[in-house]
Amino acid sequence: MGRVWRLGDNIDTDALAPGRFMHRPIAELAAHCLIDVAPDFAAGAGVGDVIVAGRNFGMGSSREQAAQALKIRGLQGVVAESFAGIFHRNAINLGLPVFTILSGTLPEAGAEATLDAGAARLRHAGGEVLLDPLPDFLIEMIRDGGLVPHLEKRLAREGRR
Amino acid sequence: MTLAEKLIARAAGRTTVRPGEVVTAAVDLAMIHDSGGPRRVEPILKRLGVGLWDRDRVVLISDHYIPGDDPDGAAILRLTRDWAQAHGVTFHDGHGICHVVLPERGHVAPGRFIVGGDSHSPTGGAFGAYMFGVGATEMAGVLATGEIWIRVPETIRLDWQGALPRGVVAKDMILAMCGRLGMDGGRYQAVEYTGPAIRALGMQERMTLSNMAAELGAQAGLIAPDEITAAYVAAAGGEAGDWADWQGDAGAVVAERHDFDAATLAPQVAAPHSPANASDVGDQAGQALDVVYIGACTGAKYVDLRAAAEILRGHRPAKGVQILVAPASVRDQARAEAEGIMAVFEAAGAQILPNACGICAGYGSARLGADIRCLSTTARNFKGRMGDASARVWLASPYTAAASAIEGRIADPRNHLEGA
Repeated sequence: MGRVWRLGDNIDTDALAPGRFMHRPIAELAAHCLIDVAPDFAAGAGVGDVIVAGRNFGMGSSREQAAQALKIRGLQGVVAESFAGIFHRNAINLGLPVFTILSGTLPEAGAEATLDAGAARLRHAGGEVLLDPLPDFLIEMIRDGGLVPHLEKRLAREGRR
Repeated sequence: MTLAEKLIARAAGRTTVRPGEVVTAAVDLAMIHDSGGPRRVEPILKRLGVGLWDRDRVVLISDHYIPGDDPDGAAILRLTRDWAQAHGVTFHDGHGICHVVLPERGHVAPGRFIVGGDSHSPTGGAFGAYMFGVGATEMAGVLATGEIWIRVPETIRLDWQGALPRGVVAKDMILAMCGRLGMDGGRYQAVEYTGPAIRALGMQERMTLSNMAAELGAQAGLIAPDEITAAYVAAAGGEAGDWADWQGDAGAVVAERHDFDAATLAPQVAAPHSPANASDVGDQAGQALDVVYIGACTGAKYVDLRAAAEILRGHRPAKGVQILVAPASVRDQARAEAEGIMAVFEAAGAQILPNACGICAGYGSARLGADIRCLSTTARNFKGRMGDASARVWLASPYTAAASAIEGRIADPRNHLEGA
């Protein structure tokens, strides 16, 4: 459970992970996540919060620090009308749940909401949002904590480590 | 099957694939750079406890932190160089921007399945390779296993009939497509550029189109290979191989088709803060400028430098306008040098910057200051990307950049070209 942050269309990865902080430690970069386009978010978003965004979330540069910044700040995940492809892959690879909105009543900014990845639902006081389910192997990857722990399991199974 | 489906089927060891299917593909080549490469993948490889799946299939290129003139950047470059030596991969250090260097050094060829650790990796699609960008964690997975999952995309065909008028180039074509389709028009599918106006382009112009498939939101930006492709690849020391086989079938099903007319295309300018804000140059003409930036993989290749110099020759920028030129590769700069093109920039008082991503990616010391108004030949004008959040960036072709520098405001390059 956490607060909802409403963002618009075409939130880009330069805004999520500004170039001028890319050479700095990830915690410092994460502290400046969205500072240029949503300073309230940069100042206040934290553990358990959820982003509800418009179309093409995460467009632009492939820098995965964009998804990592959200993960480090402890967000439950991002639900959006659509995602840019590389960001979507990066988020799953880092174990950050990302879901495309199918239908339902969207929560207001600041509302309390819970993202249920397994059921592909965003539940809030005003109702629930139906989300496009991810394939089972990607849900498993998110549950493992991302691609790296997922691969650790696989490589161990295959006897490579 | 479409070209995209054929390329993915081959990499997945299948005879056919259908859009929507998820398959595992064997990677022919992995390209990484100094920003998303060693410093990000090495900790993951260490944690996994495995080495590279095949060091002969990994190409490392330093381009983001070149020249390394600040302590953090210098440390990242040192780490990058040490890693290259320790792992014995092919390393192009300071040779230029990865998307230009990779084909220039013969690493890209028709039919290949390539992943790049950078969002402009669709550039390789200009050669009839399936190439797309991934983040560092996913790249670490590729480096460890040589495999990647991919959902077979639908194909969106973007067809260009007619011939480009003088003063209108590939950058105008891709900005026009961004303007019409928007930044999510590609829906992470494969776009394929077709038609006589595409066939008429040289490889560096085709690369501009494929590069900015990223700005269309596509996964890949393909152009079926032809004699022009084969000649470029051979000259670069690569293997063009069975290039003629890599064509979509005549009856292949595409999800969408959009038709464009090259003959009636005007120079395009994308207003701040999105490439999708593109329209005819007349809509933005007269906007005053402080900086004209000719840089990046999509805007400072040899052909781009040549175009800008064609207009700039014998002229100075308007009072108060600074021209910055960051040639995309060492080889492209050397060729421009040999042909007197660099001398044109120098005579115009331009500042020549390193062969690197530079301020296009928000890196380096030349970043735009507060309230600066910049016309740039790069791919993205997102708020804050090239410097201060109050800076405003317009995107346009090298022709338009040169004409605008001379006038000190956004200008139609056709007024500066004979025969336009």
